[in-house]
Amino acid sequence: MKPFTEITGQVLPLDRANVDTDQIIPKQFLKSIRRTGFGDNLFDGWRFLDEGSIGQTPNERRLNHEFVLNDSRYQDAQILLARENFGCGSSREHAVWALLEYGIRVVIAPSFADIFFSNCFKNGLLPIVLKENIIEKLFELASREQAVDLTVDLPGQRVVLPDQETVLFDIDPNRKHSLINGLDDIGLTLAESERISTFEAGYRQRMPWLFREAEAAAAATFSNTGDSE
Amino acid sequence: MSGKTLYDKVWDAHLVGQRADGQSMVYIDRHLLHEVTSPQAFEGLKLAGRKPWRIDANLATPDHNVPTDNRAAGLDGITDLIAREQVVTLDNNCREYGITQFDILDPRQGIVHVIGPEQGATLPGMTIVCGDSHTSTHGAFAALAQGIGTSDVEHVLATQCLVQQKAGNFTVQVDGQLPELVSAKDLVLAIIGAIGTAGATGHTIEYRGSAISALSMEGRMTLCNMSIEAGARAGMVGVDDTTLAYLKGRPFAPSGSLWDQAEAYWRTLVSDADAQFDRQLVLDAASLVPQITWGTSPEMVIGVDAAAPDPRAAADAQEADGIERALTYMGLSANQPISGVSLDRVFIGSCTNSRIEDLRVVASVVSGKKVAKNIKQALIVPGSGLVKAQAEAEGLADIFVAAGFDWRAAGCSMCLAMNPDRLQPEERCASTSNRNFEGRQGHAGRTHLVSPAMAAAAAIAGHFVDVREVA
Repeated sequence: MKPFTEITGQVLPLDRANVDTDQIIPKQFLKSIRRTGFGDNLFDGWRFLDEGSIGQTPNERRLNHEFVLNDSRYQDAQILLARENFGCGSSREHAVWALLEYGIRVVIAPSFADIFFSNCFKNGLLPIVLKENIIEKLFELASREQAVDLTVDLPGQRVVLPDQETVLFDIDPNRKHSLINGLDDIGLTLAESERISTFEAGYRQRMPWLFREAEAAAAATFSNTGDSE
Repeated sequence: MSGKTLYDKVWDAHLVGQRADGQSMVYIDRHLLHEVTSPQAFEGLKLAGRKPWRIDANLATPDHNVPTDNRAAGLDGITDLIAREQVVTLDNNCREYGITQFDILDPRQGIVHVIGPEQGATLPGMTIVCGDSHTSTHGAFAALAQGIGTSDVEHVLATQCLVQQKAGNFTVQVDGQLPELVSAKDLVLAIIGAIGTAGATGHTIEYRGSAISALSMEGRMTLCNMSIEAGARAGMVGVDDTTLAYLKGRPFAPSGSLWDQAEAYWRTLVSDADAQFDRQLVLDAASLVPQITWGTSPEMVIGVDAAAPDPRAAADAQEADGIERALTYMGLSANQPISGVSLDRVFIGSCTNSRIEDLRVVASVVSGKKVAKNIKQALIVPGSGLVKAQAEAEGLADIFVAAGFDWRAAGCSMCLAMNPDRLQPEERCASTSNRNFEGRQGHAGRTHLVSPAMAAAAAIAGHFVDVREVA
């Protein structure tokens, strides 16, 4: 995972509440078996007037000029400003991949949906929760004639506004540590392999009905119609 | 010290401990896999040279992409080559690692959240994960079941653990008796309407009360399924006789003395009488009416006897803007009564409502009647191959076909329209699925979420109608 320390970047104001992951990346793009190729379809249903399919490039599409992503002011955006409950709905991590690939490194909102929030940290996308009054001020700033830049300083847990006002934010210290150091989440857990094995052995004693490889295998071959190829 | 909630008990039983960085490691008993959110996880595993921790904890099936017709053709029936590659990739990964899969030709294939319980692969007290937000369904069995992203799919494959923070406890207490033809679907829609789509964010919901005890397992699954639409990653119902009766004799469930041993433990999987909840909602089942969503979020829901809202009556400008946008998208006007709104398609299916009980209700409403002429398509997609076979054996399929419904093979189908079943722009659909987001059932399509009984009545009438007046 790419480490995250500090960025200074342009703010893209997306003034909608309850933005769901179906809007962030619509289902027709989830057929890919890869982790990349989603950035051109970020907010596809809002960004384009025609229905897109996998493999099209944006210049083959009809742009929706009313949508903020297509506003000439925000073409270098790295910070997405959103309303409450951002990322609700489907667990698709493709939503995070699409944001990152488009160039977004930070999402600022008054609240996030749980699964999306968790998915962000696995990929080096920083979700920041700020109070409504600050969000309101940021929307006002970001909607002006000239786009604005913010500095997001993760070690200092602060957002610096253009007028040098500094807003502090909370973050789980473990998640912060992982992001700053770009740590391998699976590697961290595998370092505890011995404890997991010890737990599993005791658990197997207590709940033997959950460890039934032989029976499961027998059940799996029951009425199987065979080879799928 | 106060007692434990059901969620506390299942959490505590699976807590491996704190990782070096202080985060909790929770042991996972069952990992369900499907074709859409697993390929990148398997690839990640391979690239890092890692192996799955415990093969027998995994169970896989293709469901999101599979076509619901021409299924005898198997993989050749998937005409979308990109979708086909995804299903083939799941086949290959399962074969390579020896993971049990009910593949596209297996009679047990189906929606992952239907087949888990159906096989007894979902058991009380389990921790269950799947790269799908509707994993909350399995909480009906007093399991802690949560949707996860693809990075966590890889993490669970590699370590058999999920690293997360414990959520809060939220109880939804529902007493009284649901009126006839008012179902678990109406109940959960009413709950989401009451607390909103972020109402239970950061919490696990436990559904309790006499109305919940009276629900079948199918009803409880419908209820827990849509917990995520209220913001909760997991929803749960405590173990009772209904739970155990459903599971007994299922292929993956224990039998003999192992069952007895398990049952003794499972019986403890209810919240203690003195358990404390962080938040609660109390509802009276007897006052519920059938629910219909009018907008583009599950919280935009009203009773069948009500009208779409008026943005001028909104609390603030932002809410007014949201209502306005949803009305425009849905092609409705402010204060328009929902009953009488004309429909183009009807979809009965999805992990919310595609089980045998759902199909029986539909059959009881449509038996001897005909789908209205203005309905272009009325689709019924069973949740699994076994549900399909059972519906055919019970004569339900004959009733559907005689009434003019399209009777299909199992899969997610038009719930999210990744396969060929979808709405055309501006088509309006009565759907038993779980999400009415913009474009969910097809680009610019208009989705109204309802119960199976209400969808059935709408198919016959050609427009929304109170099923209690026509059944």
